[in-house]
Amino acid sequence: MSRLRDMLEAGEFVVTGEVAPPKGADLTHMHAAVDLLAPHCHALNVTDNQGASLHLASLAASKAILDRGIEPIFQQTCRDRNRLALQSDLLAAWSLGLENVLMVTGDDPRAGDHPNAKGVFDLDSTQLAQVAVGMNEGHDMMGHELKGSTGFYIGGAMFPEAEPWDVQLARTEQKIEAGIRFFQTQAIFDMAKLERAVEAVRPLGAKIIASVLVIKSPGVIRFVNEHLAGLMIPDAIADRIRGAEDPAEEAIRLAAEQVREIRQIADGVHVMPLGLDRAIGRILGEGA
Amino acid sequence: MIITRPRDWSRIKANLESIGARRVFLMGCGQCATVAHTGGEPELREMAERMAEVGVEVTGWTVGEVTCHLNGTRLESRKHQEAIDAADAVLVLACGAGVQTTADAIGKPVFPALESLFLGTVIRNGIFEERCQTCGDCVLDQTAGICPVTTCPKGLLNGPCGGMWDGMCEVLTDRECTHVRIRKRLAEQGRASKGTLAPKDFSTALKPGAVDIHDRKAER
Repeated sequence: MSRLRDMLEAGEFVVTGEVAPPKGADLTHMHAAVDLLAPHCHALNVTDNQGASLHLASLAASKAILDRGIEPIFQQTCRDRNRLALQSDLLAAWSLGLENVLMVTGDDPRAGDHPNAKGVFDLDSTQLAQVAVGMNEGHDMMGHELKGSTGFYIGGAMFPEAEPWDVQLARTEQKIEAGIRFFQTQAIFDMAKLERAVEAVRPLGAKIIASVLVIKSPGVIRFVNEHLAGLMIPDAIADRIRGAEDPAEEAIRLAAEQVREIRQIADGVHVMPLGLDRAIGRILGEGA
Repeated sequence: MIITRPRDWSRIKANLESIGARRVFLMGCGQCATVAHTGGEPELREMAERMAEVGVEVTGWTVGEVTCHLNGTRLESRKHQEAIDAADAVLVLACGAGVQTTADAIGKPVFPALESLFLGTVIRNGIFEERCQTCGDCVLDQTAGICPVTTCPKGLLNGPCGGMWDGMCEVLTDRECTHVRIRKRLAEQGRASKGTLAPKDFSTALKPGAVDIHDRKAER
């Protein structure tokens, strides 16, 4: 059973974290990160060729985490696979015991380490969610009956700070209609905008898990602003980290403050430690 | 129209050297490649000069009316039969369709002198933008005349994706997001939002395409 689903549906506040599969076949480093994060999280996202850069498949890494007794959120991007491969991987995921899926469009190949790759984008994330709903009902996207249906808890991404908001909200409503039941947001800096999103989405029956990005150094600010699509750290926050005597310490304090605020607003928090994995206990503890 | 750009000179030279060609005939195109400034008279003259510089003799040249028209290209080549016969190869300054038509029409080694890029809209003289991918399953009726398949870098039917920032595209950061544009224009026209568009029928775009209008007439 998906603990993520059970807790969110019961109105309990969830904590999720995120691990990146290795760029290679050695899982040692990933397991080390999992062991640091898992005691503090109810489920861990397993990214899928994030940043359009080659990594071990989310499917295999999710299964490895499950085997360690930790609940994964299997990620699927639309960038790398056509509709046959996406459905085939969904069936594989369910057969391996993966119950949570997060469906995202994926960064453009030009952003990654294989810029000459052909982006597939045969389906978009909304269409993929519809397909997963169909599989839960026992049929593929062509309506053909499956031998054994799935039972996925289907998630998607949303961006409460994106403007124009009416477009963002319409897009979110579209995703909920397609069958997405929980959202994980991009990193949140403006809590008023998070509140606006939660107020709009909750009545529609979906949950929002808000993301906190741990900005441990001025280098991270540069990286995020220059390389992460659709993410911009506001000046006030950037100045606070840049001006701090110990930026990493300040980042932990800031993240803890954000977690505390998010607890009052959203259905869960998603912590992205960006290398400060060791601090997650403090962030969540101080943010309690 | 088909937008082309000149092929790397080193590749053209290597192609000619590969068969030891010392004499070439140049074939241009009076339609798209002329408008794109890649295969009209000025560009053929320029190519002839470059050939002379590397010691390749140009036996003759012509700008066909529509190079991708098989019968037209056959007729055009007959007018220059002597010059073509004298050549070791034909260099075609037209799109890939024109190159293939020429190869069918002329029994000589044929090499492309251009790269074919996309089906373009002429914004103004010399400025071209890709607006259509000839996918065979048009959604423009539902997207206020803005093609997301072509103008969204990810080709998403439903969007915006998570990278949209202040209404701008994640990939082409100097452009407004296609999906923001679509929603705005639909609203301006007082039209209902398109809802979720279903996955595309890509069977219409399976290669190679072929149309025989006689079949269509028989269907009516």
